[in-house]
Amino acid sequence: MTIPEIQEEIVDEFSMFDDWMQRYEYMIELGKSLPLIDEQYKTDENIIKGCQSKVWVHAELEDDKLVFTADSDAIITKGIIAILIRAFSNQKPQDIIDADTIFIDEIGLKEHLSPTRANGLVSMIKQLKLYAVAYQTQLN
Amino acid sequence: MDIITIRKDFPILEREVNGQPLVYLDNAATSQTPRQVINTIVDYYERYNANIHRGVHSLSQEATDAYEIARKKIQEHFNIGHSHEVIFTSGTTHSINLVATGFTSFLKKGDEVLVSAMEHHSNIVPWQMLCERTGATLKVIPMNLEGELVMEEYHQLLSEKTKLVFCNHVSNALGTINPIQEIIDAAHKVGAAVLIDGAQAAAHIQADLKALDVDFYTVSAHKMCGPTGVGILYGKEEWLKKLPPYQGGGEMIAEVTFEKTTYADLPHKFEAGTPNICGGIAFGAALDYINSIGMNAIAQYEDELVQYATEQLLTIEGLRIYGTAKRKTSVISFNIDGIHPYDIGTILDKLGIAVRTGHHCAQPIMDFYQIPGTVRASFSFYNTKEEVDKLVEGVKRARNMLL
Repeated sequence: MTIPEIQEEIVDEFSMFDDWMQRYEYMIELGKSLPLIDEQYKTDENIIKGCQSKVWVHAELEDDKLVFTADSDAIITKGIIAILIRAFSNQKPQDIIDADTIFIDEIGLKEHLSPTRANGLVSMIKQLKLYAVAYQTQLN
Repeated sequence: MDIITIRKDFPILEREVNGQPLVYLDNAATSQTPRQVINTIVDYYERYNANIHRGVHSLSQEATDAYEIARKKIQEHFNIGHSHEVIFTSGTTHSINLVATGFTSFLKKGDEVLVSAMEHHSNIVPWQMLCERTGATLKVIPMNLEGELVMEEYHQLLSEKTKLVFCNHVSNALGTINPIQEIIDAAHKVGAAVLIDGAQAAAHIQADLKALDVDFYTVSAHKMCGPTGVGILYGKEEWLKKLPPYQGGGEMIAEVTFEKTTYADLPHKFEAGTPNICGGIAFGAALDYINSIGMNAIAQYEDELVQYATEQLLTIEGLRIYGTAKRKTSVISFNIDGIHPYDIGTILDKLGIAVRTGHHCAQPIMDFYQIPGTVRASFSFYNTKEEVDKLVEGVKRARNMLL
């Protein structure tokens, strides 16, 4: 599936919920299914700055696709990063660089998109894209 | 105290957040503003906005009078000897930096500065910078698990090398009321000056600065129903005369030639440039408002509220309160086993309940307890038991969702 297709799928899933409680509960569920980062990569340099909770992200190139793993000490943050990874992992770096993130707004998490928000969603997106840029350069 | 009437003075308390009536429990970060203070701000800009201490015209004179009346109100409220010992600043951080910078010329290698273990970052960094500039050593007065300073250790740390002692009156992260009279008296015996940060205390405890015999005391207006961006530094006259000016500019000078400048008398020596005139006047209005209710009545009501909230929160399984000092006020910092404070704060926000989560700018305290942060509910006299009940319900709901 392409990134836009996955994003559409996530938006569809979230559209089934009527209120924020159900959306957050689902997000927490998604957090539990996050592809966990290998302990050896849970280092300070892999922590994303700008988050009130700790978020670690690791990226690895498998063939020509970038695979992300992550973890967080807060469960809602874990859910947010799980959604992002589902949308961006196993994709070509250039596609990750080109992808937009409007779907976050569409699944009712708009408030998390504000750059001043302490959870650092914006920093997470930036970090995933930075990895993509780095690996794209390597591929070239 | 008639809470229903008092709450009507605060327009913001009528609003909704995320579709729920606002329950504002982040008063330790900033308190809300009553209509009386808002009206003072509007009145200033609508009727007599002018620069002060320099114009001969009537508006300037009216603004100057109002600003100086506010200074007097602050002097009276905190029982300060002279009104020129009240320096208007942008708030506590500014006040502390003014003193820390001024002390540069008074300290040398081998001197010691003591700070308490439960300080806000704004109270640690300026002293670290002062010590870097002068070669003095920063020493820490430790605290125990209850969140109280270990006073035996404090007395042992004091010596003739100690030049300055710094401590908050009330800890913003834990709510502990520190034994500042004992701290001041002991420091004076070894000839050290004492700066007490009253930012967190001022809205809850009536400080009598003359009786305390403290050298410096700082307050921020926005923590006591006033506007943001204004506060005071109280300094004993003898200290303020000794300290060099902090910033150069208009207002703080007596005479200027290109060869030499002589500085204005107190308090203007430390008030360079056009100050936050409206803010200063509104700070005075905030004190009027608080005093119309009465500091004693406020303290008694808040203590009951915190007591009630503590009892109710402790009924929640796995909830632990940080800061269980015998003397504490207005703040409850807590966590629930197995849940990150950020997660609880996010769910509470969805329920319209405003609390602070994180390290509360007091990282060393979090390191002490080995936690990433806490959820902090902080109370004011306009909060109600019904709001405490909503908080407790909210935390229970968050716990069910998150565990």
